[in-house]
Amino acid sequence: MDFEARELAETIEQNGADASLISILEEIQGRYRYLPQEAMILVSERLGVPLSQVYSVATFYHAFSLVPRGRHTISVCTGTACHVRGAVQVLNRLETGLGVRPGETTRDRQFTLETVNCLGCCALGPVVVLDGEYEGQMTTKKVDKLMKRSMHQAAGESDD
Amino acid sequence: MIELRSQRALIDYRQRIQATTDPQQRRIRVCDGTGCRALGSRKVLALLQETLQEAGLAGEVEVVPTGCPGFCELGPLFTIDPEQIAYNRVGVDDIPAIVAKTIAQGEIIDGLVFVDPVTGQTIIHDNDLPFYTKQMRRVLELNGQIDPTSIEDYIAHGGYVALGTALYEMAPEHVIEEVKRSGLRGRGGAGFSTGTKWHLCRQSPGDVKYVICNADEGDPGAFMDRSILEGNPHSVVEGMTIGAHAIGATQGYVYIRNEYPLAVQNLRIALQQAREHGLLGDDILGFGFDFDIEIRVGSGAFVCGEETALMASIEGKIGEPRPRPPYPAQSGLWGKPTNINNVKTWANIPLIIRNGADWFASVGTEKSKGTMIFSLVGKIRNTGLVEVPMGISLRELIYDVGGGIPGGKGFKAAQIGGPSGGCIPKEHLDVPVDYESLAALGAIVGSGGLVVTDEDTCMVDLARYFLKFTQEESCGKCVPCRVGTRAMLETLERICAGRGREGDVEYLVELGQEVKRSSLCALGGTVPNPVLTTIRYFRDEYEAHVYDKKCPAKVCKGLITYEVVAASCTGCMVCARNCPVGAITGEKKQPHVIDPEVCTRCGVCHALCNFDAITVH
Repeated sequence: MDFEARELAETIEQNGADASLISILEEIQGRYRYLPQEAMILVSERLGVPLSQVYSVATFYHAFSLVPRGRHTISVCTGTACHVRGAVQVLNRLETGLGVRPGETTRDRQFTLETVNCLGCCALGPVVVLDGEYEGQMTTKKVDKLMKRSMHQAAGESDD
Repeated sequence: MIELRSQRALIDYRQRIQATTDPQQRRIRVCDGTGCRALGSRKVLALLQETLQEAGLAGEVEVVPTGCPGFCELGPLFTIDPEQIAYNRVGVDDIPAIVAKTIAQGEIIDGLVFVDPVTGQTIIHDNDLPFYTKQMRRVLELNGQIDPTSIEDYIAHGGYVALGTALYEMAPEHVIEEVKRSGLRGRGGAGFSTGTKWHLCRQSPGDVKYVICNADEGDPGAFMDRSILEGNPHSVVEGMTIGAHAIGATQGYVYIRNEYPLAVQNLRIALQQAREHGLLGDDILGFGFDFDIEIRVGSGAFVCGEETALMASIEGKIGEPRPRPPYPAQSGLWGKPTNINNVKTWANIPLIIRNGADWFASVGTEKSKGTMIFSLVGKIRNTGLVEVPMGISLRELIYDVGGGIPGGKGFKAAQIGGPSGGCIPKEHLDVPVDYESLAALGAIVGSGGLVVTDEDTCMVDLARYFLKFTQEESCGKCVPCRVGTRAMLETLERICAGRGREGDVEYLVELGQEVKRSSLCALGGTVPNPVLTTIRYFRDEYEAHVYDKKCPAKVCKGLITYEVVAASCTGCMVCARNCPVGAITGEKKQPHVIDPEVCTRCGVCHALCNFDAITVH
């Protein structure tokens, strides 16, 4: 989605002047899947907060990204329980399958691979989340199926 | 919408709800927590409703999506009332039979009830499951019983009675005294007396005060806060409202992780319902007390679980801790007196006010009263959430409640308290689980995460894992934590890679103690614990890595090799096809060979081989 300065200005208006910087950045992140540079400049101007402070918040929290992210997000839980149950193998498999490292996006901008500290589904480890859908008790075999299915779906979407 | 403007109105309302509730009502309770959802409970739930509709039973049978009762291992979970028949691992294929047999004819389906793995005995009723009978469920009692999105359900089960009592029958000082007398200590890990904390905040001068619920449950392996907020959010809302009145606060915040979307959603619904019923907002229960709660969703920073960092984050700043004193009770959020408690601490409050301090203190040890919630995860049979009396022995917790270690493996150690905690080896299995006893062994009760490890877990690798996590999460403000943890991590990584040097272990101990002593906040003050306790109890394992260049548990990549057992290999080519680096060669139907120079030790071949023909040395 392209960045719309007017739309963003409205968002900031709606949140009111004393809205927290974090919640506005969260909203921008939610809408564009990253924080465009122009958006951060606009937030800084509208809220009267130095750009350096906006940048410091944007880079401190994991939820924010400064580069565009993929249409789909695959998160691998690397919490303790998932770790002892083989999350590393699951992650390795996804890395080789997608050809990206955690935090990176595939060249076609379809998939972003990331790790998450703990989703609290420890009983079902290793857990992988594809666009908010939880997949429990993952194995390398199940990863292959998941990738096949999601790549197939992604291909279908881009045909539309 | 009913606005409750007096204590009497609340009591009447509750009686009206109870009067319309039929205890013999046919009900199906379906766990709708994040765990069961990951196992497909949403599909099962949708099909159940559809099938009941088709069978013309939708009007007679009530379907209640509940919070997590804790037995995540066996999800998706069904409980069928009034008999309380417990079905586990319910799949979409089971739904037609459940409706046709159990619902229509009261017949129990064999394949869906629990079979005790030890005795082979079939257990039909929820209450008889050994996983539950060994527990003492107080805070978690209603999880799995009520619909978390229904305030009527909560009120029918005694919800908000304590709020009425605290407002109309007790002076604020009296409430604080009761909490103090109960012996409740902060369930977030530090274990400070909750009543004393409240007292200090009440004593602080100032017209504006805040209460905060810390739901930034970041410890990997702990998920009780999530479960409470998902399954019984009103208990936290009620606890905070009682606390706010006692302390003299008019505004509350719940700081919750963005990794917990369902908890945020259910809490949001609960807050709205409480406002609509006059239990939150202006003139609560007609008592003239104004208090409201806002949700602040975290943005993924572990350090924000530290109270001063959490407050900075609510203020919209980066979540860096600051030195204490001043403590939040003197100068907290926006410089005002603030009281921060954990989700579990708040959820205990209504129970203490309703049942009294003596009731609360009737279980536990001399210094640790009440119950504690643990998440049992890792190499344990009954993975899930359990609530047990303080002072239960670690052995009972792991073997009686948790069902022991699966796969015939031996228990090695329990890592308690997450990245801030420590590990407890099997020679201390009989330690009572309370604040002081665990601290004496170098661990902490902490948030209650309990990761069980077996003989296949490398303790050096586990320490490295925790330190890697906390090192990344170190905010970087103070030098000991920023630089010290990095130096420790580099040393551990070197040891795991087979490049350990003489003196490394001693260096880790020295550095770890220094980081603990000199860091600014609790993060740096506790993160060396996993390293220090694993060295304390498993020094031989470290020494095997450093001097013999061996990983006894066969985990550390730099110290192991994968080999094909020629006698077992059928030449099916699965490993060769799946090896990401092409390190495996061989003809079809002939034994294969792994080139150790090319192999990256990713373990894919080992995981995929159907004939156990890959060994690790």
